[in-house]
Amino acid sequence: MAPRVVESIAAVLANEAVNAEYRRLDIELDRDVVAAVLPGQFFNLLCGGGPAFLRRPMSVYVIDATAGIVSFLYRVVGSGTAALAALEPGGRLNIVGPLGRAFTLPHQPSTVVVLARGTGLATLAPLAAMARTRGHRVTAILSARRIDLLDGIAEMGGHDGEVHALSDEDGSSHVANVERLLRRTVVGSPGAAIYVCGSRRLLRAAQSIASEFGIGGEVALEQQMACGLGMCFCCVRPFRHNEGMRNRRVCWEGPVFDIAEAVA
Amino acid sequence: VTDLSVRIGSLSLRNPVMPASGTFAYQLDDVFELDRLGAIVAKTITSGVRAGNPTPRVAETDAGMLNSIGIPSDGVAAFVQDTVPKYARRAPPFVASISADTPDDFARLAAEVSVPGVAAIEANISCPNLEDDGRAFAMRPEPTRAVLSLMRRATSLPIWAKLTPNTGEIADVARAAEDGGADAVVVANTLLAMSIDPRTRRSRLGKAMGGLSGPAVKPVILRMAYQCAEAVTIPVIGCGGIMTAADAVEFMLAGCSAVQVGTATFIHPGAMIRIIEELDTYCAEHAVARVADLIGEFVAPEMLGA
Repeated sequence: MAPRVVESIAAVLANEAVNAEYRRLDIELDRDVVAAVLPGQFFNLLCGGGPAFLRRPMSVYVIDATAGIVSFLYRVVGSGTAALAALEPGGRLNIVGPLGRAFTLPHQPSTVVVLARGTGLATLAPLAAMARTRGHRVTAILSARRIDLLDGIAEMGGHDGEVHALSDEDGSSHVANVERLLRRTVVGSPGAAIYVCGSRRLLRAAQSIASEFGIGGEVALEQQMACGLGMCFCCVRPFRHNEGMRNRRVCWEGPVFDIAEAVA
Repeated sequence: VTDLSVRIGSLSLRNPVMPASGTFAYQLDDVFELDRLGAIVAKTITSGVRAGNPTPRVAETDAGMLNSIGIPSDGVAAFVQDTVPKYARRAPPFVASISADTPDDFARLAAEVSVPGVAAIEANISCPNLEDDGRAFAMRPEPTRAVLSLMRRATSLPIWAKLTPNTGEIADVARAAEDGGADAVVVANTLLAMSIDPRTRRSRLGKAMGGLSGPAVKPVILRMAYQCAEAVTIPVIGCGGIMTAADAVEFMLAGCSAVQVGTATFIHPGAMIRIIEELDTYCAEHAVARVADLIGEFVAPEMLGA
């Protein structure tokens, strides 16, 4: 059997700031590799040239199978992302992936809500794109500290969908407003699904509305990882399981989980 | 063609490279052909179900990592029913790894995992993440001898004692393991370590202490493997920061009959296969016909010009 998980060297095509905090990194991969990458999956990146010893898991932000490009959206927060920021076009990046369980969309065309903040802006962008391609009506609710931090981030609603850009600055990111927007979007759409990533408060809001309307949804979660392949059991989080709780590995059983099982 | 095979007591391995316990999972079959490994060592199990430690369970450090996983386990029943049959179909000898709170419990668990498909038992008498302020059986010779001698009576399988580097008397502990009936010693587990975040003043791990692994520990563990190999007649299996075939050769020259690779696999999932291939290259380049000829061939300084 051919190996399904590969360590490979990708060429860096572009690596630029998209706004005051976020940067976008484009790498080139074989088209058939890119064609197999699904929204919600991640790559484990070797951030060489610095003190970063472990790989950094990074969810895919743009999947372009036609061009053979995968993009990541990141913010420099430590030694690993600092090394990533130093990569130049033409440089090389050692990657392992794609890894992890991807999002699943409703089978029938329906209302799809993507609710994102921080890392979630990257993680949910390819899901919104795929949902539009499959004929879902996509509503994007994007939350950030400042509205300018959403500048240059992938257009998630599409021309026929809605985009709500919320910020802490004007208070629009407040959970009551998020819940109001969620209610307004899913009411009357029994097949709707909510996808959330990037904040515990947003996860709680999504869980509350999903439960209120009896609809489904998924969350992509983060946890410090070492191996990314389910070997080390570093990246566990607790999940609801048969009336009790059970640890599951974010890298292997996730990073995408049913929102009903996730603990905010 | 180099003969890469080595012997660990009664077991014959096709090559000296195997995973360190807790750094392997069946899904590596998606990365390379598992049958190419010298042996397969399972993640440590306990008798009952254990959840493991709170998160964060990993903290990065220069040239290595700290972990405080805390031996999460699905218990011995799940291991015997689900895990063993999967590996029994594969070519490499499958080594169970067990941990328990008392010598009697070690013996009982050793008997329970002595089932067809298990080729040897590694006694994890060294995990520093258990309670008791990080102390473990293998910190001193007497508890080590006690565990091994009870296990010896409980199973006819080969027993490997996985020692802790968190002791000042590792050679004595290795001798005690041999006296108790161990067929090999694995040198060693992780070094008890800490990492504090200066901003939050808290541990970077969910526990105050964790185990350090990776290239940072290699020179220390190499020294310990050497001291153990000088002290015992049973095989020593080296385990500590091995990232390359050159690292593996160092351990074999120091007296190890085989090596375990752990942290390297987290960074490069195919690390063990690359090490096997590069060992072959090293032997060819250095006119070594059998990799086993490297074992203990370190030339100590005092022997020079004597």
